[in-house]
Amino acid sequence: MAHSYDRSDLPGSVTGHRMSRRTLLRGAAVGAGAVALPALLTACGGGPGGDGKTITLGSNASDPIPKKAFSDAFKAYAGQSDGRKVNVNTVDHNTFQENINRYLQGKPDDVFMWFAGYRMQFFAKKGLLYDISDNWEGYEGFSDALKAQSTGEDGKQYLTPYYYYPWAVFHRKSLFAERGYQAPRTLDEYVALAKQMKKDKLDPIAFCDKDGWPAMGTFDYINMRTNGYEFHKSLMAGEEAWTAKRVREVFDTWRRLLPYCQQGANGRTWQEAATSLQKRDAGMAVFGLPHPGAQFPKAEQDDLDFFPFPVINPEHGQDAVEAPIDGFLLAKKSKSLKNEKSLESAKDLLKWLATGKAEDIYLKSDPNNVAVNDRADTSQYSAIQKKAVELVSGAKQISQFLDRDTRPDFASTVMIQAIQKFISSPNDVDGLVNDIERQKKTIFASD
Amino acid sequence: MSFISGRRTGRRGSRRFTRRDLVVLGALLGIPVLLDIAIVWGPTLASVVLSFTSWDGIGDIEWVGTRNYTNLFTNYPQFWPAARHNLLWLAFLGLVATPFGLLLAVLIDKGVRFSRFYQSTLYMPVVLSLAVVGFIAQLVFSRDQGALNAIVGDTASPTDWLGDPDLNIWMVLLAAAWRHTGYVMILYLAGLKAVDTSLKEAAAIDGASETQTFFRIVFPTLRPVNVIVGVITVIESLRAFDIVYAVNHGRNGLELLSVLVTDNIIGEASRIGFGSAIAVVLLVVSLGFVVTYLVQEIRGEKDR
Repeated sequence: MAHSYDRSDLPGSVTGHRMSRRTLLRGAAVGAGAVALPALLTACGGGPGGDGKTITLGSNASDPIPKKAFSDAFKAYAGQSDGRKVNVNTVDHNTFQENINRYLQGKPDDVFMWFAGYRMQFFAKKGLLYDISDNWEGYEGFSDALKAQSTGEDGKQYLTPYYYYPWAVFHRKSLFAERGYQAPRTLDEYVALAKQMKKDKLDPIAFCDKDGWPAMGTFDYINMRTNGYEFHKSLMAGEEAWTAKRVREVFDTWRRLLPYCQQGANGRTWQEAATSLQKRDAGMAVFGLPHPGAQFPKAEQDDLDFFPFPVINPEHGQDAVEAPIDGFLLAKKSKSLKNEKSLESAKDLLKWLATGKAEDIYLKSDPNNVAVNDRADTSQYSAIQKKAVELVSGAKQISQFLDRDTRPDFASTVMIQAIQKFISSPNDVDGLVNDIERQKKTIFASD
Repeated sequence: MSFISGRRTGRRGSRRFTRRDLVVLGALLGIPVLLDIAIVWGPTLASVVLSFTSWDGIGDIEWVGTRNYTNLFTNYPQFWPAARHNLLWLAFLGLVATPFGLLLAVLIDKGVRFSRFYQSTLYMPVVLSLAVVGFIAQLVFSRDQGALNAIVGDTASPTDWLGDPDLNIWMVLLAAAWRHTGYVMILYLAGLKAVDTSLKEAAAIDGASETQTFFRIVFPTLRPVNVIVGVITVIESLRAFDIVYAVNHGRNGLELLSVLVTDNIIGEASRIGFGSAIAVVLLVVSLGFVVTYLVQEIRGEKDR
């Protein structure tokens, strides 16, 4: 912001005092502090990098479970490499995300965690990432779909994928067995099941969008089931008109489902929605694997199950699966990577992280994700993890997520608001898609 | 200022100020002026300039003329609601919370029983930051797990206090006013204590009723406090941010100009030019109030 007011900004005459010399000096000292402080802080941010064996790593894994899982993995790496070690800087997940732009341009760590797909390509295009195509030549156990998601628009690889989690419709096994519900295969069956649940005094579909992103998963699935993955991709890339009949159809289908969704979704966090699934107030919920997983107590984890989002258009069946991939990248602006030896070390770390064994160590402490490498040991997997692997390996296409498949500014300043508006007033689809299209044009035209 | 007497104005130049005086004066005036330019005017001008450009924070800065402004006014669905909410905020704090604070101050000043207790209770929320107030608001107003709905007990179709875009702004205003009232009350309480009792006694002897005494005698003597309260109310309304951000990131019925600036500039979006344009609009609105205030002050000084 350009300016900010504070009570201390009140002019001296208002409070009835003239400014004394002492307050003036004090003000000057505080002001000088305010100028110097950011400089000091950034000075602290510069890590080591002289010895070529210490790798700094920026982590967004601030939740306790993944944080511990990652530290186990890096410890294991330090144990097997000759003298190399990893210094992790963990930053709150959302803060990391919001600051990524400045982080990558300022003084980034050597290696950092980020997402696959468009959101990675965006920074690759800006020249903020190291090309690691040479690493990829040695990688084993990754599918072509994974490679495609790790590749920039220039055909070079930038990301080392680590794990993913599929999105699906989650429910409780025991509830389904108790009431004799069957997992639906088509949209009509899905609606019929929801109707039945409503009769049984359940909220058929737990639904939330206070955080702005959870409902995007439902939008993506309805879109891909109706229009296919290719349409999803080009719609996200800004090449299709949001006013097209195909997009309206998506919202129309969604509107058909809304009466069966929990009301007041814009005031509900994903934790609250997942809890209502766990408490058997709601029957089903469209989520990613870690979301309900985190809200279910350990003893009830086995009761969690899912089915793939139902078929809408038989032409596209259940081909596409939404499975966001997280991984590791090298920051171009990192000072220490200018040193050949450090770069070598960082690439060595990525090579190790790309092995199935490294993923096993992580997943041992965080069973809410699935390894990307097909050489990872799946014998330790829970039933739901195994099912997740099956779901993704059977997929013809893998999408990331609405906010990972499109420009960040479009996702955060247009789509979040648009979907929330749709949820609170679902009948004005015309106005909505026109709003989106007009804003899309200005945003995608900006460079 | 007239503290330099007529005789001394005749002698001017270097003899009146020694070299040391000049250095001290230069440092004491120069440093604040430099700081003022660096911290206040520099960024302000920079945002004005940036508001005519398109910049994502990484690449080149591209000059786009007034395109950001046309987009803002015609093609950004959140803008007008945000501007409206800021004005609503101002109206609510100014017309509801502030008079209510004054009323409480008068009641306490009259010495109702347990006035100390009321005073500290009402002042307590002021100590909390607005972000904390926003958090408390969520505990009270949340649809599924909130205290209010638990008391109301309507489980069939509970009111979605914070999720309903027509309703949530009022709930947030209520929470903001809760804090503002206490603040205003303390300021007026201090002012009322300073009112000379002989004025009131004189009015009473002249046969003025209590209401007349308050509006004709006491309230006008509170002018300095009124000015402070007015300034604070305007500032609080224009800079309102933390409470809505804590509740739902200022979306879905809780849009405010400050939130739109943050959404566009900070965060992954980095539409810095566009965000600056919103900031400039906010600046212009604030300048309107600042100029009015300054004009008032300067006039008042002349009259004195």
